[in-house]
Amino acid sequence: MAKLVIKNGRVLDPAARHDAIADIAIEDGVFAAVGKEIDATGCEVFDASGLVVAPGFIDIHVHLREPGFEHAETIETGGRAAAAGGFTSVCCMPNTLPVNDNATVTSYIVERARRHAAVNVFPIGAITKGSAGQELAAIGSMKLAGAVAISDDGRPVMNALVMRRAMETARSFGLPVINHCEDLHLSAGGDMHEGLESVRRGLQGIPAASEDVMVARDIILAEITGARYHVAHISSRNAVQMVAFAKSRNLPVTCETTPHHFALTDEDMIPYDSNYKMKPPLRSKCDTAGVIDGLVSGAVDVIATDHAPHAGDDKMQEFEKCPFGITGLETAIGLSLELLVHARRITLPRLVELFTTNPARIVGLKDRGRIAPGLPADLTLLDCELHWEFDVSKSCSKSHNSPFHGRRFRGGPVATIVGGQFAWRRDH
Amino acid sequence: MATGLLDIETLRREEIESILARARDFQPSPDGVFQKLDILRGRTIVNLFFEASTRTRTSFEIAARRLGAETISITASGSSVSKGESLVDTLNTLVAMRPHAIVMRHAASGAPHFLSRHLGIPIVNAGDGAHEHPTQALLDARTILDAKGSLEDLRVAIIGDISHSRVARSNIHLLSKFGADIVLCGPAPLLPRQLQAVAPGVRLSYDIEEAIHDADVIMMLRVQLERQHEPPVPPGEYFRFYGLRLEHLAKAKDDVIVMHPGPINRGREIASEVADSQRSMILNQVENGIAVRMAVLERVLSAARN
Repeated sequence: MAKLVIKNGRVLDPAARHDAIADIAIEDGVFAAVGKEIDATGCEVFDASGLVVAPGFIDIHVHLREPGFEHAETIETGGRAAAAGGFTSVCCMPNTLPVNDNATVTSYIVERARRHAAVNVFPIGAITKGSAGQELAAIGSMKLAGAVAISDDGRPVMNALVMRRAMETARSFGLPVINHCEDLHLSAGGDMHEGLESVRRGLQGIPAASEDVMVARDIILAEITGARYHVAHISSRNAVQMVAFAKSRNLPVTCETTPHHFALTDEDMIPYDSNYKMKPPLRSKCDTAGVIDGLVSGAVDVIATDHAPHAGDDKMQEFEKCPFGITGLETAIGLSLELLVHARRITLPRLVELFTTNPARIVGLKDRGRIAPGLPADLTLLDCELHWEFDVSKSCSKSHNSPFHGRRFRGGPVATIVGGQFAWRRDH
Repeated sequence: MATGLLDIETLRREEIESILARARDFQPSPDGVFQKLDILRGRTIVNLFFEASTRTRTSFEIAARRLGAETISITASGSSVSKGESLVDTLNTLVAMRPHAIVMRHAASGAPHFLSRHLGIPIVNAGDGAHEHPTQALLDARTILDAKGSLEDLRVAIIGDISHSRVARSNIHLLSKFGADIVLCGPAPLLPRQLQAVAPGVRLSYDIEEAIHDADVIMMLRVQLERQHEPPVPPGEYFRFYGLRLEHLAKAKDDVIVMHPGPINRGREIASEVADSQRSMILNQVENGIAVRMAVLERVLSAARN
């Protein structure tokens, strides 16, 4: 395979503490060398002057909807959206039809991804059979088939004993447990964050407390089981503070937040517009500030999109009938650059860490999330000053349920390289 | 964008005053005789009720007919909704038949707001979930005006399940725009604390005697003791602490009026003696419902003409 040399970019690799202008040589799909003025004679050259060259971004929380809901998204279309959003790897949640709760479904996803996905796809297996919260899924077999974590995402594991056994089992197989933290009794019937806005609109609320009590319970269970425990899409100030507390006790507890949970609050919602409906819901200003504080302090480890495509008809209904979730792959980097880096809350290296080193560590992707000779050549190229507008009608995703249509961004991805090949280029 | 009437919250005070003033023209004369008008002759209004309602639907129908309009009433049971058609498709089908306005009640909060973004026809909200019931608040205001002469500087107690009440929300917004002092009272689980920030002049109380002290108007709400997802309120307990009884009226202002949007649950939220007392405005409210809805339909349909 021909050699590719990425020239003159700002090579930013938090794992290697590298942040300098350099060239990267790629050969046979793996990194060959990183250094100054690499000889590019006879190679394909990409001039990355003015661009940031980072390890391939990893999104550990997406819904690719295949198998079962191919009308909303497929591994192929979701993969293209990931590449167009600057991601080289995604972890897909198991709430498909059938649920990914056994090695057969895991293998199916791995195989479909190998044939059709523009990016690397790492499945997350279910915690319980059918994600019904009762019996444990075939956790060990799913790991052998390629699962990198377990989660019943979309639903919490309500039964604390089941969660305890899942954590013990996951620990024995070296997998992290990811929980969608929501006490279903406290959130029953809820459609948006419980607060002044829900009361004003006559909608049943989903209190932040429904997230907080579950995070608290799980941290206690993580302590007695020693499991690696990860909170999905954290959205409340209290929950972030509890994760910080767990970290202060050296527990292997981590969490992710989503771009929409630091970009929007319940006050930003267009009334009864389902493109603002997701779980956890858009929370209060105070919670949003708490999430950003967590990204600054280190309490929050990862930014993940919770990309949740839904077909148009499903979102064109009465607000309370609409399913939860919004797409997010193509707007994540733009929102993060604008609201965190340009807003001077975090540095660019910290942002890269939130999308690379940390997610790779949490789901155990030992050869991803960093740049070193011999590793698969996954790169994300960013232009931090690029001005662009998100047009949802041109999205690579099959679904268009995004509240960010028409939003103008400063900074975004310009190219995605997966295994040494361009998976996406903005100008192509 | 077609102008209908979706809620009170976004209505300006002047618009409310103009509707209330016009409603006065439509009130029956002292001899009780109605003149049939032809202001809306040739107009067709569809009453689309996705939730059972006798009084509101009848009131809208009579209001439309007294203005000379034709009305068609559709209830959800037996319609295409039960065949699995989406709300948008149902409405699109009706709109294709070119009515001039749709009066709509729906169990989902915001359903008319959602539809009005996608349809170019005026929609009059006849109650959406727990959100608003704008014509109820307007007829309540007309009733208060008739009894008190003014909406300014009133003290109003609203008692019951505020959390799930669209009547309460619309009344809170309307009365607040006129500077009323509003006390909301009910069992704590039905009285979320955030309510006091919904509009200026609102405070909360868990004590009915405190709530009605010095009140000019007492609005009782219909209570539903069992709700999905919620532990039920014990029935006896409710009437004991939040049911309005004669002994309460004895401690209230001499000229206090008692209102209720109906249908009433005698002995559950209001004692029969109170509902049937001289202070009760319940039937005046029903009567004003027609006059106010005539004013609303006239306003909505004349705006649509331009």
